[in-house]
Amino acid sequence: MTALLLRDLTLALRAGGGFGLSLAFFLIVTILVPFGVGPEGGTLGRIAPGILWVGALLACLLSLDRIFALDHEDGTLDLLATAPIPLETVTATKALAHWLTTGLPLTLAAPVLGVLLNLPVPGFFWLTLSLALGTPALSMIGAFGAALTVGLKRGGLLLSLLVLPLYIPTLIFGADCVRRGVEGLPTATPFLMLVGITLGSIAILPFAAAAAIRVNLR
Amino acid sequence: MSIWEYANPKKFMQTSAWALPWVTGLAVVTLVAGLIWGFFFTPDDFRMGSTVKIIYIHVPAAIMATGTWFMMLAASLVWLIRRHHVSVLAAKAAAPIGTTMTLIGLFTGAIWGQPMWGTWWAWDPRLTAFLILFLFYLGYIALWEAIEDPDTAADLTSVLCLVGSVFAVISRYAVLFWNQGLHQGSSLSLDQEEHVADVYAWPLWVSIIGFGLLFVSLVLIRTRTEIRKRRLRALEARERMA
Amino acid sequence: MELTVTDLSIARGGLPVLTGVSLRLGPGRALVLRGPNGIGKTTLLRTIAGLQPPLSGSIGLPPEDIAYAGHADGIKPTLSVTENLRFWARIFGTGDIAPALGAMDLVALAERPAQSLSAGQKRRLGLARLLVTGRRFWLLDEPTVSLDVASVALFAGAVRAHLAQGGAALMATHIDLGIAEAEVLDLTAFRAASAAPAPGGFDEAFA
Repeated sequence: MTALLLRDLTLALRAGGGFGLSLAFFLIVTILVPFGVGPEGGTLGRIAPGILWVGALLACLLSLDRIFALDHEDGTLDLLATAPIPLETVTATKALAHWLTTGLPLTLAAPVLGVLLNLPVPGFFWLTLSLALGTPALSMIGAFGAALTVGLKRGGLLLSLLVLPLYIPTLIFGADCVRRGVEGLPTATPFLMLVGITLGSIAILPFAAAAAIRVNLR
Repeated sequence: MSIWEYANPKKFMQTSAWALPWVTGLAVVTLVAGLIWGFFFTPDDFRMGSTVKIIYIHVPAAIMATGTWFMMLAASLVWLIRRHHVSVLAAKAAAPIGTTMTLIGLFTGAIWGQPMWGTWWAWDPRLTAFLILFLFYLGYIALWEAIEDPDTAADLTSVLCLVGSVFAVISRYAVLFWNQGLHQGSSLSLDQEEHVADVYAWPLWVSIIGFGLLFVSLVLIRTRTEIRKRRLRALEARERMA
Repeated sequence: MELTVTDLSIARGGLPVLTGVSLRLGPGRALVLRGPNGIGKTTLLRTIAGLQPPLSGSIGLPPEDIAYAGHADGIKPTLSVTENLRFWARIFGTGDIAPALGAMDLVALAERPAQSLSAGQKRRLGLARLLVTGRRFWLLDEPTVSLDVASVALFAGAVRAHLAQGGAALMATHIDLGIAEAEVLDLTAFRAASAAPAPGGFDEAFA
């Protein structure tokens, strides 16, 4: 498992695109928003939690098809399926590698972009916390979607169609957590729901993803 | 005789060929009766006027929209556990019907909502939930269409249906939490005070039964088509091999 | 411990291609699968490797004893030869990759990134992976593709050494590797009959 994680991280680092592209996309989306809604600070501050969460979610979506597609093309997935580690561990590990190369950098970049959007001060803590705890769910759900579409020629668009509806609860609770944090309301409910979704995804989806990959390798 | 005998495609084709005219006929009679009763023989509502009558399409369509997903979930489970092809083909056949019912529910809702709430669309929990359900249907159908091998497609769509169901339920609660709505309460319920008056309820029940029968009839027709498509596929493949 | 395949039927794309395949492969033995293109050699190997379910029949060998090598070698172009090999050694829980590098004549290439290798060199790296799995039953699908004469001899030597240590190999190949122990199994005899569908019935559409 460590070997697979290290290999995926090395590959992401060497290929270059792994870290950079999603971050750059997140940055561009955030910069575009003020051009669209106007520079007025109050408006930006009010919509900042939602924009940052939607931006992070879309940036995460961009890199999903890389989770299994490359390994499928070059036969690694066949070999991993016959290797002594269970395929469930493989899917969970690859989701973890995706989070470390996408979700974690997005979480760390979000407060900086929050400044651009005039996010009120109490929001920074909740933004970072909710992204840190919510993006693992995005990676795991995305890995499941990637496993479903791994054998397909043009799986990218289909992957978005399958994954985006599954992202809705995470987005609702994540963004609401920040919004309530900004307004000084109690955040316990959305926060706990967000953590619950993340834990539930990590508990269940590796099995579903492994099942999908087994079907796709047949 | 066990119910699983109907999982045999041949047996299913025989039985459904016999049942189809009856179910379809009954569906037409019930629908016509329910809708005519509802549209022409019930009084206008004192607040909503005649717009209330769209309820005879709106509510049954909404019930069918969610019911179809449950039927697909059950059929997918049967496929994953017992590997009966008819079951998963019925799920495939039902998906576009569920999508259409969802759209009918959304559109009639918009038409009804405009004079009542003064807006075509509001991000009300129920409306939003149906919009999300619509997205789930789209994803399910798109996955079926994208995969060449029918058994692979059956397995993957079934897994998606299972996982999707869990997330659909979470979404329902997430949306409730996200926005308390302006939609009225349930139109029909057995234990609550707040529901429609009996004069509306009876034709509504008839309409719902009519929509249910229509659903069964359409699923039978579409499942028969899917089975024939599979057979055609097998025949063509054999031609190529020979 | 031997690999026993009993009355195996397999399908590709939902259609049966081979039926009634039975074979035995004991330690120290090699079996070469022959047959025209499309007969189902790859499908048979993938089925024995546990990558796809058989239509019927049984395979008597735990998948933990099998190392599978398909058409694709699973090589990452941005990793070096050593890194590629060490990854698989760690996945399979074996330690030393030096013997494998030596056996496939990859020592001089050890630090090169895999993307700079030629097709034949990549293939050698793919075969070196078999050596680091530490597994006894090798399932090889066209292992000699893009290998030159010298590399084929190298590979044949590696297979022979593996057999001498009590290993076994089941391979689909058209080249005579010059391995004396190897038996040949022609799959043409097991080709599935394409029976005409029975009129009126729907069952056979779901074979």
